[in-house]
Amino acid sequence: MTSSPPSELQDRGSQYWRRNIRLLLGLLAVWATVSFGCGILLHHFLDNYTLPGSEYPLGFWFAQQGSILVFIAIVFYYAHAMSKLDREFDLEEE
Amino acid sequence: MDVQGWSILLITLSFALYIGVAIASRASSTKEFYIAGGGVHPVVNGMATAADWMSAASFISMAGAISFLGYDGSVYLMGWTGGYVLLALLLAPYLRKFGKFTIPDFVGDRYESSTARIVAIVCAIFVSFTYVSGQMQGVGIVLSRFLEVDTTTGVMIGMGIVFFYAVLGGMKGITYTQVAQYCVLIFAYMVPAIFLALHMVDTPIPQLGLGGTLENGTPLLANLNNLHQDLGFASYTSGSRATIDVFFITAALMAGTAGLPHVIVRFYTVPKVKDARRSVGWALVFIAILYTTAPAIAAFARTNLLQTVSGQAYEDMPEWFNKWETTGLLVHNDLNGDGLIQYTGPNSDVPNELTVHKDIMVLANPEIAGLPNWVVALVAAGGLAAALSTAAGLLLVVSSAVSHDLLKRCLKPDISERDELRAARISAGFAVCLAGWFGVHPPGFVAEVVAFAFGLAASSFFPVLVMGIFSKRMNGLGAISGMIAGISFTAGYILWFKFISPESSKAENWWFGISPEGIGTLGMLLNFLVAGAIHRFAPPPSHETQKMVEAIRTPGSTTK
Repeated sequence: MTSSPPSELQDRGSQYWRRNIRLLLGLLAVWATVSFGCGILLHHFLDNYTLPGSEYPLGFWFAQQGSILVFIAIVFYYAHAMSKLDREFDLEEE
Repeated sequence: MDVQGWSILLITLSFALYIGVAIASRASSTKEFYIAGGGVHPVVNGMATAADWMSAASFISMAGAISFLGYDGSVYLMGWTGGYVLLALLLAPYLRKFGKFTIPDFVGDRYESSTARIVAIVCAIFVSFTYVSGQMQGVGIVLSRFLEVDTTTGVMIGMGIVFFYAVLGGMKGITYTQVAQYCVLIFAYMVPAIFLALHMVDTPIPQLGLGGTLENGTPLLANLNNLHQDLGFASYTSGSRATIDVFFITAALMAGTAGLPHVIVRFYTVPKVKDARRSVGWALVFIAILYTTAPAIAAFARTNLLQTVSGQAYEDMPEWFNKWETTGLLVHNDLNGDGLIQYTGPNSDVPNELTVHKDIMVLANPEIAGLPNWVVALVAAGGLAAALSTAAGLLLVVSSAVSHDLLKRCLKPDISERDELRAARISAGFAVCLAGWFGVHPPGFVAEVVAFAFGLAASSFFPVLVMGIFSKRMNGLGAISGMIAGISFTAGYILWFKFISPESSKAENWWFGISPEGIGTLGMLLNFLVAGAIHRFAPPPSHETQKMVEAIRTPGSTTK
């Protein structure tokens, strides 16, 4: 690795941090949409529909099972995307 | 073999397993005692976290609570899993990079203040103790019901087991016994659930059974809604709580989960930042197996209960009915003297004659469904695994708060490694005994306080940790005033409506219609606001601290 002047290092550091913040704000938006949105605020409206291919009222499903499945996807996606970001910025641990 | 014989056999086998694992993984240094040496594989840590997290309440009470609450029970399902998203995105990786032993470590170092450290120590001990007494009580109830010993003996046996592996093995011993306990508890939870699902909706996957169809062709949930309507209960899938209250309770449980010290500390035990991120995902997978099954068990149990007892003759009740009556958790009062059981809800003209405690639903479910004796006994072993694993994790937080945060970091910084390890063991042993005492003599308010531990964690720890990581400008003054404002507001509101003036605890008196269970969310917002306003009156943190914040934000870099 070539040695960079400190200010450039700092820029890269804050660029990495900005990318991280953007990613996690996006994922928190998904987190809030499935739980507070579909599971709570839109629950009665969504209950007029069923989960395709089953008998679940859709809002009830989001509240009791669906949001949990999306949470798992969010956490693994974040771990995956951050590992990629670490590699891009050369911040992987030994 | 009868239920008691099977119970003795399965419980003894599971205890022998935990002791064997504990002997194989003794701790020999403080690093092993506090964080298992920091070399735990992320999947293993995920499994241990799941056992650590899922308490007697998750195992025994949650499905029962959902069974009675219907949609309103979703607050627990979303709240106690959604917190892991916050943990994964906002806390775990950065605290792992920080790389010390405890939460007060982080709070004290980041805010350069021993006041903040002590506030954090007190919060950690308070939250952990209220929680742990509930676990010990759970152990006592399960052992007394299934082994037919008295509750005190039951608690003593539980204490002995926890004492053995928590004091001997510290975090290292706890981690590997928790893995064993996870396997026991999830097996014990799933087997009856699978039997029930096959029996009721003809599918071997209980999670899918919730959306399944009964033998007579009606969907399970639609059938349940009809039963509820006929008997005068609120609709199962709609619930009766106000939307704003559901919203605030869910948020408080989420932030509280992310702020609980015994969960956070588990992510100090993995080798790298990358592992911490993945490990949260695995923890959530292992938790979700139980948490997506619970609502299915709830609906099965509700249907079973209504069909078995409602409108039936008291004389024709099966054996389990009378057995649970003797524990006082099931009470039938034949008001109109017709010999039938009228089980009705608040919207019915017929007075209700049956009260069923929510804890029965999971424990008695196999009997209600007529499952074999070994399945019934398995549930007892699983309940014990859930209670013991959580108790051990909490006791470790208490012991490290005393030996590490208080003794080493505040009172006697020059203490030797050997003495600190001895102090850690002594305080763990002392904490076990105290928890046992609370288990035998439960203060009447334990159950209530446990529920509010989340509100308190949400309004104190969670904001302070998040601001410590995401704001470089936040300083000790801001953090301390935020914590004090958040926790005193939340505690005050809870105390008022639960203890001082419980008769006024109704929706029309609550602020914005938020119940005491959900007020932690407002306390958390207050914490953020106060900290944001007050921190301007003091200078920003020192250069070193700002460097430290930069360092914990980036995984690979080192602080030089």
